[in-house]
Amino acid sequence: MATTTSSRAVGVGRVLVAVYGILALAATGRSVFQIIDRFGEAPIAFTLSALSAVVYIVATVALLLPGCTWYRVAWFTIGFELVGVLVVGTMSVVAPSVLGLHSVNPFGRDATVWSGYGLGYLLVPLALPVLGMLWLYRRRPTVLPEAA
Amino acid sequence: MIEWFTWAQVAVAVLAGLFCLAYGLAGRVPNDYSLGATLLVELLLIAQLVVAIVAPLAGNPPSGSLPEFYIYLISALLLPPLAGFWALIERNRWSTVILGVACLAIAVMVYRMYQIWAFQVA
Repeated sequence: MATTTSSRAVGVGRVLVAVYGILALAATGRSVFQIIDRFGEAPIAFTLSALSAVVYIVATVALLLPGCTWYRVAWFTIGFELVGVLVVGTMSVVAPSVLGLHSVNPFGRDATVWSGYGLGYLLVPLALPVLGMLWLYRRRPTVLPEAA
Repeated sequence: MIEWFTWAQVAVAVLAGLFCLAYGLAGRVPNDYSLGATLLVELLLIAQLVVAIVAPLAGNPPSGSLPEFYIYLISALLLPPLAGFWALIERNRWSTVILGVACLAIAVMVYRMYQIWAFQVA
């Protein structure tokens, strides 16, 4: 049984990893600043923001590293992001007060990477998990011998 | 921030981004043109850093949060070197596309920096 052990980040997958990396950087920078500067204003939203930042970092690493374990980690983190952007995105639009948000403005001072389905990031946070899952599905590890 | 300089910088970053994206999708490996365009974007960011340091002293303070502004600026400054190293290590078309993605992300970040500097109420 020969499993593919190469990195999943080949070809266009490299671009996916790069975009994930940039989003991880953006989400980390923003959440760290918000937590230091104004954590008390919207603790739930900012905690979710920090959590999303960590998940983006893990997803970036998981896409880069080879092996079945990282493949599962990639599925888990990317799935988590899709659920996150859908749930938090919906709540930020329908019931912002539940998250402790003061406005529905995705560019506002308490907006996070998932607010308004990631509108503040040109909807990249919504599109990326879908593209990521399509990519993972195409690059799934096979148990069949594969031409090198 | 200086308004005209900021818009010029956004324009250069968008053009450099689209150029690298098109160049990469056309199958070109990173070369002097695509890396040079990315380098130009980085040099303008360094100029923007100098402007950001000098402007408040010259009677042009930001209306929004200066720490938030610097988080964007420093993140943006990191992207061209990272994408550039990637392009030097891995010589294929996708590295050129990544240079383009980095430049476009910088265009968005510079626009966001301008929002913070000119419109955000701290």
